[in-house]
Amino acid sequence: MAQVTFTKHLKRFFPTLKDSEQVGGTTVREVLDDLDKLYPGFSGYVVDELGRLRRHVNIFVRQEPIYDREELSDKVGEADEVFIVQALSGG
Amino acid sequence: MSDRLVLATKKGTLIFDRKNGRWTPRAISHPGIAVSYAAADPRDGTLWACMDNAHWGPALMRSKDDGATWEDASRIVYPKGARYIEQLIPDPKAMEEAGKPVTYKQAALMKVWALGFAGKDQPGVIHAGTLPGGLFTTRDAGETWELNRPLWNHPSRGGDLFAGEATSKNEWGGTPAAMAYGDFVPGIHSVTVDPRDSNHFYVAISSAGVLETRDGGKSWSGRNKGMLNDYLPQGEADWGHDPHFVTLCPAQPDRLWQQNHCGIFTSENGAAQWKRVSQPDVDVHFGFPIAADAKDPRTAWVVPLRSDQERMAISGGLVVARTSDGGASWQSFREGLPQEHCYDVIYRHSLDVSGDRLCFGTTTGNAYVSEDRGETWRCLGNTLPPIHSVRFA
Repeated sequence: MAQVTFTKHLKRFFPTLKDSEQVGGTTVREVLDDLDKLYPGFSGYVVDELGRLRRHVNIFVRQEPIYDREELSDKVGEADEVFIVQALSGG
Repeated sequence: MSDRLVLATKKGTLIFDRKNGRWTPRAISHPGIAVSYAAADPRDGTLWACMDNAHWGPALMRSKDDGATWEDASRIVYPKGARYIEQLIPDPKAMEEAGKPVTYKQAALMKVWALGFAGKDQPGVIHAGTLPGGLFTTRDAGETWELNRPLWNHPSRGGDLFAGEATSKNEWGGTPAAMAYGDFVPGIHSVTVDPRDSNHFYVAISSAGVLETRDGGKSWSGRNKGMLNDYLPQGEADWGHDPHFVTLCPAQPDRLWQQNHCGIFTSENGAAQWKRVSQPDVDVHFGFPIAADAKDPRTAWVVPLRSDQERMAISGGLVVARTSDGGASWQSFREGLPQEHCYDVIYRHSLDVSGDRLCFGTTTGNAYVSEDRGETWRCLGNTLPPIHSVRFA
């Protein structure tokens, strides 16, 4: 199972969110689907209603930013680490 | 008169309480998150705040305990197949490409721009105006939201694009307010409900104009007769207008007021006919918000700015103008407002009235309150975040 680590900023909306979570899934999309089961409503913070990664959110797999921000089809391996972070922006 | 104010700001929701004649702010709610609009449901006091969170997306939050705690309402979601006709961004390069074939985009929620509460005859019914131009309605106080398809599919917007290709010309232009979200799309910023009948309400769209429904949103008609615009070749066109805000007099709801890009307009017959009541190149003309008196249909207030080109305080000073004769004349009030080096802009939802009280907030973080129908003003704060909406609650 992949190990997902979250930006601490998401704890604001999901107070029970752990620092990291073991989830199933072979693609980024499936990882998010699994997280949504653990934390209902979670994916709505990370992707829009078309399933696209929000503009100021980044997901890293194996320390590389994912390539497919539209379909989230990037592969996730059993031993991979996934990071969900917010991109720098604003003021 | 209300003793509570709710301000939506770039850094959260601010509530002010009036006690012993003093307005005092509470600790900010939603700290650090931009809030596009906040208001209280007048039927049950529930507070609503529209999150415009740059990172985690637009969302609605509500508080049923007067702002002590907030909870997520359901997200507004555009249904699959809700497409819109892609528009040219108004820049010279895009204009060169005019005449390109019609292309479509699937809609996704960019921002909730305004809420409109139905009356007591429709408990739980709330309307939400959004970018990119969809009106959503909840009938269960925010548990579920549904796109108003008759408006989305209106002939003025190309017809039913769920079904296929456009069957009519798209008359809805975009609003520059959408550019920060990466597209040039229309936005619904005013939902004005008739207090006599909640099935009768108006929406105002930048940039299209005003539409009216009399059957709870099942059918819509454009209501732009008499509107004038100064930026299109055909000044009296049915569409293409840029209302900045539309409101009505609750005691006489057939009296509407509209602050438009091209001046101040009023209607005495339920938007069947509009009349411009301001003059170009005079101080009281351009601006964003307008507030109507609850009882007197002839009285309204605006916070004018210097021209659509500059969009700055007039002569460096803040001014509020009031008409008491249906727009025939305007009286300007400056007492208590700074008169030098002001660069404040007052957004369309950032002026409100409650009885004799008024309040407005600005993009430079200033807020002012009047207790005497706008004639004199007191500062609520000079170091607030940029203010997106001001509502008595």
